[in-house]
Amino acid sequence: MALAPAITDIEQLKSHPALARLLEWNGGAVQAAKFDREELTLWIEKGLIREACAILRDAPACPFNYLCDVTAVDWYPSQPRFEVVYHLLSIPKKERVRLKARLDGSSPVIESVTSVWPAANHFEREVFDLFGVRFTGHPHLERIMMPDNWEGHPLRKDYPVEGYR
Amino acid sequence: MGPQHPSTHGVLRLVLEIDGETVVRIMPEIGFLHTGIEKTCEAKFYQQVVPLTDRIDYLCPMTNNLAYCLAVEKLLGLEIPPKAQWMRVLMNELTRINSHLVWLGTHAMDLGAMTVFLYCFREREDILRLFEMVSGQRMMTSYFRIGGLALEPPLGFFEKVKSFADRFPGNVDEYEGLLTGNPIFLMRTKGVAHLSTEDAIAMGASGPTLRGSGIDIDLRRDAPYTGYENFEFKVPVSTEGDVFARYVCRVQELRESIGIVQQALAGMPEGPTKADAPKVVLPDREKMKTQMEALIYHFKIITEGFTVPAGEVYQAVESPRGEMGYYVVSDGTAKPYRVHMRGPSFANLQVLAKMCEGRLIADVVAAIGSIDVVLGDIDR
Repeated sequence: MALAPAITDIEQLKSHPALARLLEWNGGAVQAAKFDREELTLWIEKGLIREACAILRDAPACPFNYLCDVTAVDWYPSQPRFEVVYHLLSIPKKERVRLKARLDGSSPVIESVTSVWPAANHFEREVFDLFGVRFTGHPHLERIMMPDNWEGHPLRKDYPVEGYR
Repeated sequence: MGPQHPSTHGVLRLVLEIDGETVVRIMPEIGFLHTGIEKTCEAKFYQQVVPLTDRIDYLCPMTNNLAYCLAVEKLLGLEIPPKAQWMRVLMNELTRINSHLVWLGTHAMDLGAMTVFLYCFREREDILRLFEMVSGQRMMTSYFRIGGLALEPPLGFFEKVKSFADRFPGNVDEYEGLLTGNPIFLMRTKGVAHLSTEDAIAMGASGPTLRGSGIDIDLRRDAPYTGYENFEFKVPVSTEGDVFARYVCRVQELRESIGIVQQALAGMPEGPTKADAPKVVLPDREKMKTQMEALIYHFKIITEGFTVPAGEVYQAVESPRGEMGYYVVSDGTAKPYRVHMRGPSFANLQVLAKMCEGRLIADVVAAIGSIDVVLGDIDR
């Protein structure tokens, strides 16, 4: 089974319900799109992430009403350094979409989506703990895995695997 | 409450704010079992990550193996032979039964029914023997590998599974006879720790916790992987949203799973159990000793790993607890750039507050049991 090449042209992907709904709402919100290995990824303008999530959750044709997961990827040393990754599922239509927001490394901040899905609470705390990305509007942004007095954020690429000794 | 409390199923600590016997606020404190598996994965070759995945949700190791292998196979674009797929389904359903038996035994024991625990562990022992037979390990099996299975199933294995599968529905009747109509059990579970449909979706619950609140979703049916589209099974759903509803869902799942095992046994195809991809899959031991190329490939895979084309994949599978998702990012090298596990227990734990606030402390124990948390899955 050979891999099909990824499609990155927004025009060709317009038929996907998530992209169609976002373009209808705000053409400038979607920075880029990619359809690779049967999965759609949309890069969202970071200031609009919460609204984009709310729009998708309430989309009438295909509501992406379930937040599966929030995580992050550190692309150190390139910039923008962080990508926050959201996996959404539409329970009625069984469709999936991945949203991404790029953040720079000096002071990574993004708006929390806990007001859209309370489920984001633990996931965002985990990203905050392990990557040091801050979420504004999060009700309880504290470390969740590591001890409260821990220094550094272990999943960052410049954090050694053995830890600091 | 906790982290050393027997009813928290591991090292879960709950900070309870109470007013007499009533819970006002509940805050889970987790991380006691955090071992940094996600970080460790980034320093290993792709094939070396498989044994780490066993240790995440230690009650369903094969489900974790499966989710990871499927994710990497999707990144590679690798086709898996039918026998390996059917074996994966078979083992995966045995794993589900194994996990549900531990849940049923401990949950019933939390609520005061000691006998069920002994019965459940009796059958669980049979399943662990099957695991040992097929993989050499009882719990940390690492039986699924990227590209297929670690070993051919041994002679006599299918007969053993068959005799277990024929016997097991009778055992489920036994458990049900002890619990389903038991007035004490009903009083501890019916109407307790209620979770509404809206809350269940908004809080990210999945698996039996979500289905117990009336949502008909099962990834095995709705987004089939590893050949589940060839099997017929029902998805049990209850609408009550209480502890008893989740109990009913899981017990029904035990019966459905054994049905899938029977179908897998009846239709098991012949053929190889590894994909034809010598650069990715380790060669058979015998070939290694007789063929030059096999020896070279073996040496290359062990010392250098294999490269995976750049890209990213989110592979979700239906674990006994809910949606187990593996997000694997590749940058084109032999080591994963990022591996993230979406543990079902991690999200399910959030609903605990919704279930318990305003209720009695004793109900917290029932609620924890009913969402079936595994701390390895939460802390990773």
